Amino acid sequence: MTTTVPSKSAISVLPSKKTPIIFSVLAVIVLVSFGLLGNSQTASFSLSSAGDAFSLPDLVFPGRASNIVIGVLLAALAAYSWMLRSKGRVLPVWSVAVGAVLFVLAFLIWVVSGANINSISLASLLAGGVVLAVPLVFGSLSGVLSERSGVVNIAIEGQLLGGAFTAAIVASVTQNAFAGLIAAGLAGAVVSLVLALFSIKYLVNQIIVGVVLNVLVSGITGFLFTTVMQEDPQLYNSPVHLPTIAIPGLSAIPVIGPILFKQSVIGYLMYIAVFLVWFGLYKTRWGLRVRAVGEHPKAADTLGIKVNRTRFWNVTLGGIVAGIGGSFFTLVAIDSFTKEISGGRGFIALAAVIFGRWNPIGAFAAALLFGFADNLQVMLTIIGTPVPSQFMAMMPYLVTIFAVAGLVGRSRGPAAVGDPYVKE
Amino acid sequence: MKLELRGISKAFGSFYANKDIDLVVDDAEIHCLLGENGAGKSTLMNVLYGLYQPTEGQILLDGKPVAFNGPGDAMAAGIGMVHQHFMLIPVFTVAENIALGAEATKGPGVLDLQVTRKKIREISDRYGFDVDPDALVEDLPVGVQQRVEIIKALVREAKVLILDEPTAVLTPQETDELLEIMRQLKANGTSIVFISHKLREVRAVSDVITVIRRGRVIDSVGAETSTTELANLMVGRAVELNLNKEPATPGAARFQVRGLSVVNDLGATSLDSVSFDIHEGEILAVAGVQGNGQTELTEAILGTQPVAAGSISLDGIELVGKSVKQVLRAGVGFVPEDRSVHGLVSEFTIEENLILDLYDRPPFARGISMNLDVMRKNAAAQISDFDVRTDNQLNPASSLSGGNQQKVVMARELSRDLKLFIASQPTRGVDVGSIEFLHRRIVAERDKGTPVMIVSTELDEVMELADRIAVLYKGRVNGIVPGNTSREVLGLMMAGVSAEEAFAQADFATSANEPVEAQPVPLETTEHTDTQEGEAQ
Repeated sequence: MTTTVPSKSAISVLPSKKTPIIFSVLAVIVLVSFGLLGNSQTASFSLSSAGDAFSLPDLVFPGRASNIVIGVLLAALAAYSWMLRSKGRVLPVWSVAVGAVLFVLAFLIWVVSGANINSISLASLLAGGVVLAVPLVFGSLSGVLSERSGVVNIAIEGQLLGGAFTAAIVASVTQNAFAGLIAAGLAGAVVSLVLALFSIKYLVNQIIVGVVLNVLVSGITGFLFTTVMQEDPQLYNSPVHLPTIAIPGLSAIPVIGPILFKQSVIGYLMYIAVFLVWFGLYKTRWGLRVRAVGEHPKAADTLGIKVNRTRFWNVTLGGIVAGIGGSFFTLVAIDSFTKEISGGRGFIALAAVIFGRWNPIGAFAAALLFGFADNLQVMLTIIGTPVPSQFMAMMPYLVTIFAVAGLVGRSRGPAAVGDPYVKE
Repeated sequence: MKLELRGISKAFGSFYANKDIDLVVDDAEIHCLLGENGAGKSTLMNVLYGLYQPTEGQILLDGKPVAFNGPGDAMAAGIGMVHQHFMLIPVFTVAENIALGAEATKGPGVLDLQVTRKKIREISDRYGFDVDPDALVEDLPVGVQQRVEIIKALVREAKVLILDEPTAVLTPQETDELLEIMRQLKANGTSIVFISHKLREVRAVSDVITVIRRGRVIDSVGAETSTTELANLMVGRAVELNLNKEPATPGAARFQVRGLSVVNDLGATSLDSVSFDIHEGEILAVAGVQGNGQTELTEAILGTQPVAAGSISLDGIELVGKSVKQVLRAGVGFVPEDRSVHGLVSEFTIEENLILDLYDRPPFARGISMNLDVMRKNAAAQISDFDVRTDNQLNPASSLSGGNQQKVVMARELSRDLKLFIASQPTRGVDVGSIEFLHRRIVAERDKGTPVMIVSTELDEVMELADRIAVLYKGRVNGIVPGNTSREVLGLMMAGVSAEEAFAQADFATSANEPVEAQPVPLETTEHTDTQEGEAQ
């Protein structure tokens, strides 16, 4: 019989203090700023919107009292987390999620109870968040498709913007929104073809190509906007919009009805695209090969998989997806194209890719979070909060930074992302 | 399947990595390609596997000429290859890795891993592999990963299996298991091309040994050829395989490591309460399979790896917490395991590389400027002293061969007055001639009285140099044993068996189990003196 060296470590290293410290700070903020120093008025959240099949009662919280309760709960969670750490364990994921939700709730109660109008519609907060998330979701799917095959896609912003511009001009000229949608996909593909060509064939640094493409698309669309569109906005910049399709019956369910069953064509496409990309990447032969190429291109090559061809088509496919996402701006959300209409959302989508750990479902959830944060700042500005609106406008970006830096920690992307593959 | 290579040449620019290679591998034959690093073995196999296109020549399978445009073609023709660096995707499961490229599908392109799992279990049962199809590859020990590679080839119905340096990453026991697997495969009719530079294994398993030197076939010989003769063929001149060093005369314990622990980035303990001494005038060799804490140990001593607990003292001075510069100034000479990344700046000239850690001190520094004249003279002296083969000391270090690069690193480190000399993998990827030279230099440093620590995964090297051997297993010192400990005991210790158990088991095997030794070649130590005279003629 063989005896092996015991594997139990002689020294013990305690887990990081990060989580307990964050929870302690949050508990203090909620208890003191939101609770004890908070407003004593109530905050009410309505769950129903017009056209619902039946209505749910509003949720009403007394401002100060409920935040003191939440603060105490968070403090308990912080104490529990410190206790676990001293035993060398970490807080389970579900309790981290509970803590985060509690904090967001406390924040909402504090803001709403201190606002000019002490009521906010939770239903439209969520539904509007999903709408704002649509281009982010498409952009992040583009990032996932491209980066899973090993090409960094910084050009999402350019793909969105190119899609938005092309959709606007084509839908205006042809008076057909679907022609605009298809043209947007093609425009995104053109942008990504440049990315693919330079990064895969000519081995130019992928990040530099991506950044240059963003600037290039911004320049071209800006130029054409002033020289063509503004000359005759009636002809070139009045796109026909895609209709919003409400599925009878289902769309009348409170809260989730408008989110799932009262969307534009692009909105429905978003759900389909998320599922298809997820299924494709994890359940099909194509996906296995794509992931192999992104992780270990040489291994894939030795098994007869064409590495650069796979990457080329994946980047192109990503461009089509992001282009369609870009058309959302001009075919659904806004009446006409304006300069820089994508407003940096391509970069938020990139953050969603990383926050979602290069998984389509994760990226979708991350994009929803960012969309929700975006919508929250809009709605809070409307009800008139004590917090200055400029500060509120920063919120989506703050959420992005904290999400990526604080919660993701060290996430592991595809191992070969950013490395061009050259046969020896 | 019978494989034949006729007049294969492969040129990279004007350099021929292979020139007019003729090779015949018969059905169910284990054919060894023996040659030093850089002799062109791997290039030849990459040509055979379709990764490179031959510049000239022809490949024939069962007498029919074939042309491969890529690995896919080679696989379809029945050629499988296990690469030296495994071609496995760490984050995939075993089944996913094996399915990749030859996926079973149901419906339009939907993966059917169930079929792959079944095939894996079949092959696994037939050869006794014990591989779980749903395990993540990154969680598997290298020996098992290698089996996954073999299964990958067998699932694709390989009739010719190329194994490129398969034993480089294995413990001696795992190596013996692999050799057994090779014999089984052969019995099932698979032809095997076995690439290696380790004479012991080659003789143990091969039917035919073809020796390659500088891209050309030198000779094809049988397995009965002696190790000395094989070594001479491989190197092209008579090689002295034995170092014949004087016994050590250890003095006081000048270097002491106590309870040293290192925690890696992921929070796992990679070095766990390691303690040992090195005496004056003694070589301590740290043996172990790669990845058992060797890198962390040397880096912790040098100060590039944060230490979680413990102390390191040299002549009574504590080194933990000191900067790398302070550690070097304290008299530590350090040869890192990867010379091209950590030992040299490849774009710098040989001259510059020879003073990388001395440039800021007299005589090389003069105020804020450098004394280029002294630097030049120093380089000339070192190059002749260490026999660095180069036509110009202003050539970049990258222009040197592996052995000569290592000589530059070693020359630089040994040119200081040392109180401790650490060399990690001192002869990895170095030609046999240079190995001899570098080993003599290491022993000479010991004889000057310097405590020396050698970290090596090559058991031959450990046994050649060591006065005492510390075996690392999973970040712990699994016993410190005398330098003359047998290969078998060391192998068991490298696999985690404690020293006492290992000695007991080894005794049992040799006394009660004599017939085991009646394998084609006894798998014992590479002590060549007893066999070379009789077999060489």
